[in-house]
Amino acid sequence: MKVILDKQQLHLTLRRLAHQLLEDHLDLSETIFIGLQPRGVRVSRLIMDVIQSLNPAQPAQYGVLDITFYRDDVREELHKANKTELPFSIEGKTVVLIDDVLYTGRTIRAALDAIQDFGRPKKIELCVLVNRRFNRELPIQPDYCGKAIDTITSQKVKVEWDKEQVILY
Amino acid sequence: MQLSTKHLLGIKDLSPEDISLILETAGQFKEVLQRPVKKVPSLRDVTIVNLFYENSTRTRISFELAEKRLSADTINFSASASSVSKGETLLDTVNNILSMKVDMVVMRHSASGAPHFLAKHIPAAIVNAGDGINEHPTQALLDAYSIKDATGGLEGKKVVLIGDIMHSRVALSNIYLLKKMGAEVMVAGPPTLIPRHIKEALNIEVEYNLKKALEWCDVANVLRIQLERQNQVLFSSLREYNLAYGVSRKLLDGLKKEIVIMHPGPINRGVEIDSDVADSGRSIILQQVENGVAVRMAVLYLLAGKRTA
Repeated sequence: MKVILDKQQLHLTLRRLAHQLLEDHLDLSETIFIGLQPRGVRVSRLIMDVIQSLNPAQPAQYGVLDITFYRDDVREELHKANKTELPFSIEGKTVVLIDDVLYTGRTIRAALDAIQDFGRPKKIELCVLVNRRFNRELPIQPDYCGKAIDTITSQKVKVEWDKEQVILY
Repeated sequence: MQLSTKHLLGIKDLSPEDISLILETAGQFKEVLQRPVKKVPSLRDVTIVNLFYENSTRTRISFELAEKRLSADTINFSASASSVSKGETLLDTVNNILSMKVDMVVMRHSASGAPHFLAKHIPAAIVNAGDGINEHPTQALLDAYSIKDATGGLEGKKVVLIGDIMHSRVALSNIYLLKKMGAEVMVAGPPTLIPRHIKEALNIEVEYNLKKALEWCDVANVLRIQLERQNQVLFSSLREYNLAYGVSRKLLDGLKKEIVIMHPGPINRGVEIDSDVADSGRSIILQQVENGVAVRMAVLYLLAGKRTA
């Protein structure tokens, strides 16, 4: 087991991502931030807290999206569906998808499909805490990345929120 | 994650965990149905046949809509417009349909046990959409979902089923489900329409006085008088039935509390329920229909996956 991000690094990284996101989306009314269920919710909430504290004047628009029904492996393995909450229109807005680990890219593919069912955004961007650069199965890359790592398939990356660290094992 | 059964033949075969999983998944599908695009691609590669050997409006449309919202391909079959009238047996008909590569069968039949018989002989997953006087599992599931929605939960809730218990598959499925989920169940109606040993057999309350039953309950599920299944005179006239067992405004106004009124449809207005009750704010009859699509989507979705032992 190897620690990729310890507690201090994790919080510094989350702050950096928040700063980068705010730098590119100064007008928060034009941007919708979406945490992907289940594991992108925690990381996106922490980033949103920082964004909101840096720009308290404008309420950030934040929702969560569950992609279970858009998976391409429904017939192989069923997954439990989680709540989707997008209480605003994404039509013509910039959507930022936030997840914890980007690996094969299939979750993001499903999320892109799901987003279309809510309207036509102006632009969709991707923000991830950890980018596993190898073994991508689809042409998907992050726009904002906390930490890029090179791993082999047999390894696993896990964000441990109780210990506030990211590990590789 | 999967259901403990390959088919949905009846609530009898489901565990409380299965029921919770279906209701929870239905909640997520209900959110899907509020979206601008009310459709998900989950069952894109699944073909479903709707085999209706008995008439139906709500259940059939509801299943068809659920299938389409899940992006499944659907085939509709009704016995009256098919080769059944030429003498083809049930098993032959189904095997012929399945040879055209169909994955799931949604089936309604007037004979109790027809889907159970099919389940023994064909590989496809079967969803019972009502078999004779046995079970109507998806109706019970959508009723449970609606009760949860209206009252916040099932455990400890007092639910009375009123009317034609004898001929009602909705009643039996509801009793199984509510008991499994920890609700208290009572049946009420004229003695001729309530099976004699139901109290001991299913461990439920029996009440022959409608007013007392309504005073006891939180939720009243009023069932249709199934004239098509009654082959003897079980009450003297519809008018008399209405006077003794029809749920009226006056009865409800006389209660000390507000209760939730349900009906699985189709309604015989002025027989088991009066119009001013069916159309009142206490009635969740149309919400039941709305929830039906989400619940059926959940059932089809959960049965479509590949099974691991």
